[in-house]
Amino acid sequence: MLTESPLDPADAQYRKVVPAGEHWIHIVREGETLRLLDLEGNQAVDTLFFNADDPAEHYSASDTIREQGNIYLTTGSALMSDLCRPLLTITADTVGRHDTLGGACSTESNTVRYALDKKSMHACRDSFLLAVIENEEYGLTKRDIAHNINFFMNVPVTPDGKLEFADGLSAPGKYVEMVAAMNVIALISNCPQLNNPCNAYNPTPIEVLIWGARP
Amino acid sequence: MTLIAAADTLPGAKHWSMTLARNSRLKLTDLEGGANVGMLFFNPINLLERYNTPDTLKCQHTFKLTQGHCLYSDMGRIFCSIVADDFGWHDTVCGNSTKGSVAARWGASSYQADRNDRYQNGRDSFLIEAAKYGLGRRDLPANVNWFSKVTVANDGALALDVGAAKAGASVELRFEMDTLVLLHTCPHPLDASPSFPRKPVRYEIFDGPPASMDDPNRLSAAENGRGFENNRLYQFGCCEGMH
Repeated sequence: MLTESPLDPADAQYRKVVPAGEHWIHIVREGETLRLLDLEGNQAVDTLFFNADDPAEHYSASDTIREQGNIYLTTGSALMSDLCRPLLTITADTVGRHDTLGGACSTESNTVRYALDKKSMHACRDSFLLAVIENEEYGLTKRDIAHNINFFMNVPVTPDGKLEFADGLSAPGKYVEMVAAMNVIALISNCPQLNNPCNAYNPTPIEVLIWGARP
Repeated sequence: MTLIAAADTLPGAKHWSMTLARNSRLKLTDLEGGANVGMLFFNPINLLERYNTPDTLKCQHTFKLTQGHCLYSDMGRIFCSIVADDFGWHDTVCGNSTKGSVAARWGASSYQADRNDRYQNGRDSFLIEAAKYGLGRRDLPANVNWFSKVTVANDGALALDVGAAKAGASVELRFEMDTLVLLHTCPHPLDASPSFPRKPVRYEIFDGPPASMDDPNRLSAAENGRGFENNRLYQFGCCEGMH
């Protein structure tokens, strides 16, 4: 559902541009609002969340999809943990649909999807791994790199059970915004993929904004 | 004639695990119709390599799993191929029933009161089997739900198609590498049956030939040809960083 946010970027307590191919890991506290802004349009933002107070509790695509009875994320979607608790809830969305099924690219999956000689190209799961290695204080390792959200991606399922990678619904300046229901670690790989038409073979920067808890 | 190495029936709402060798086959049969078999796959010599639903789906541009599809690890390799399937559409996104969801739908149940007929749930089943190999709740990816057909409407809404249930339906997997298999026969999480479903599943383990160069699973998508090549490199021990 298309929903605009009342929040003004001028009031944000945190703003950071994350270029394509970079990772970003940050704690978002309960009640704070996290906005992901698609600066140039149709950029895949591969995202995982963890309970900051018990990082073994993590975003679960299965629990999220099943509990809302729908494969797409938009305003009102609760992003559920593997313990079936909301980590964050989407409160504004000017795109209308975000993907829960496609996961993250990896060097290994690139060999299967595109060509065996693509294995040296930068990929999201390499970014995820470096992010958790660089931030050992969170206690995360490869086992925690689970099935992620792809914000701004459009991956519809057909009535006969096929998965399509359709043209994006996003555009420059569109955004998705969510409020943390507990203290969470947000882990983003701003996707470096050069082999997929979903981003017009042109990965681009995003901006991350955080506002304090609303009184 | 194929020699059956092992065969057994797992009653409904039970769990088990086994390590299956490369080229072995596992055939599952829904004896009564309406069964669900939750399943997960790991590499027994590197448990960090595990079944990956997104890679499996996007490599084959599919939401459902059926004959011709391959089930991928997160390392670009194929754990197993679906070599036969007369059910036609298996789920791999809905996850598991939980203690809470089972109690909410079918009421309280305990070992004290119900002995081995208690209402076991899929999540606890996987946690128990996973723990036998040193794995915990951080290690459970999205699983397959054999014999459960979940469709998606144009607006993204999910529905379990209970009309797809068929007594005697079977699916046969051929393992393309040595694989640790965790499984349970607990109800699908979208199952809304009026009473707790308790559906037995027959499993048979065969020996069989490896995939030929013109194997239908290898040829079903160019992606699968490359997946089989990754397995070949792995078996040969020549792929740096991939074993």
